[in-house]
Order: sequence, then C-alpha cells, then structure tokens
Amino acid sequence: MAVEVRIPTILRTYTGGAKSVDGRGSTLSEVLESVESGHPGITERLVDGADLRRFINVYVNDEDVRFLAGLATPVGDGDVVVVLPAVAGG
Amino acid sequence: MGERGRHSHRLAPSLDAVLAIPEEIRDQIVGHARRDHPDEACGIVAGPEGSDTPTRFVAMTNAERSPTFFRFDSTEQLAVWRELDDLDQVPVVIYHSHTATSAYPSRTDVSLASEPDAHYVLVSTAQCGTSEGPTEFRSFRIVDGVVTEEEVEVIPHGG
Repeated sequence: MAVEVRIPTILRTYTGGAKSVDGRGSTLSEVLESVESGHPGITERLVDGADLRRFINVYVNDEDVRFLAGLATPVGDGDVVVVLPAVAGG
Repeated sequence: MGERGRHSHRLAPSLDAVLAIPEEIRDQIVGHARRDHPDEACGIVAGPEGSDTPTRFVAMTNAERSPTFFRFDSTEQLAVWRELDDLDQVPVVIYHSHTATSAYPSRTDVSLASEPDAHYVLVSTAQCGTSEGPTEFRSFRIVDGVVTEEEVEVIPHGG
C-alpha cells in the first residue's frame, strides 16, 4: 500500500532534498521502516525506542498520531503522513 | 527595546545579521506576550520564501499554557504550515516570551530549535507583566546549538 510521507526541511538531507517520499505498510511503524530502508538514518531522528520522539509531530491524514494510536496508527493506500518538528522551548 | 526611527531597508539582512521588522508587527508580538503573561506566548511572523522579510503575524496557541514552557498546538501548527506552503511563505520569525527571565534563549530553546533560517525573537515580560512598561525584545539565530544575537531594526509605521 503506497503512502506519501512528507519530510520537513531539516530532515531532507536524508532524502536528497525530496519534500516527500513513498512509504509502504499498514501501520505508521511499518511505513517509517520502509522509509528507513531507502533513507538510512532518518528513523533515528523520528523514533526513540518504541515511541515517537517527544518533539516530533507526525500526522496521518491531518490527525496528530498522538491522538490516534501513535506508531501503531493504521494507514491505508493513498494516506498522507506528514512529519513536522514541534516548535517548542522554555 | 529595538531602535526606532531608522528608515533604511537592508538588501541582504540575513548576511548582515539584522532582523528588520515593521513596528506594527513588533507591537503585535509584544501585545501577545503581555496578554498571555504569566504564561509564555508564542507564534510566528511569516514572509515570502527567500525574502527574509516578516510580513504576516500569526499568534499561535501555547498548548502547554505554562509560565516556563511553550509548544505550538500541533493541529494548529499543521494548518499554519500548510498555509505557508500554499502561499510560498516561511516562518521568517519564530517568537516566544519569557515571563520571569530575560529575553535570551534558554538551554531548552537552543536544544529544540529546528529552523536554522528563522529569526528567533524573544520577548521578556518579567518587568511589565500584563501592563504597559518596559519589555525586552531581542532576536537571535540558533544554528547547530550556537546562539548568535542580531540587531533588531524596527521599521517605523509607514516607513
């Protein structure tokens, strides 16, 4: 199942400058693994152990996956995954 | 406070390490910081990609509603970032307030800064609170953990 994954500027060094890449899988976790296989190192910037990194926002079809099922969030053919670094500080 | 009364527009402000910002936008940022005191206020000023010119003030919701921390509401951030894409704009300025300390990036600010091309503006409401009174308004670049302060050039209304 093909899923479009949109990559933020700061991570485009991993994608040769591409703004979006194709992923495959039935969960967000699987999609990110498939992106990793073509763009080694990128997942390390997104995932910490079994969870998303705290200051990375990931959306499936415009829903923050923190309000869905996190990395287990189901994705389907034609879905769009957006990655955005959180804007945060103290 | 930034300098007033100077009219010059720089051709390449990013190279000169200057934030040139219209007076009314500076005032909107300070107003937002005062309104939300004692919680931290945050937002962006968008501008055309490649222009380094802040033109469109966008106040964001601090999802943390905290006097010591801020985080853009994630759903609102997605909507605003999509609008930036549609308009070929970028966040020229990313601002937030410190409500008990000076307008200088904290260690957390530095470690979480992820927009090397943005001007990070800090406002301190430590002295004024929600009322009129002195505020600090300072701008920084934060690149790879290195903080560099830059001059703030306030472009007078109609200037």
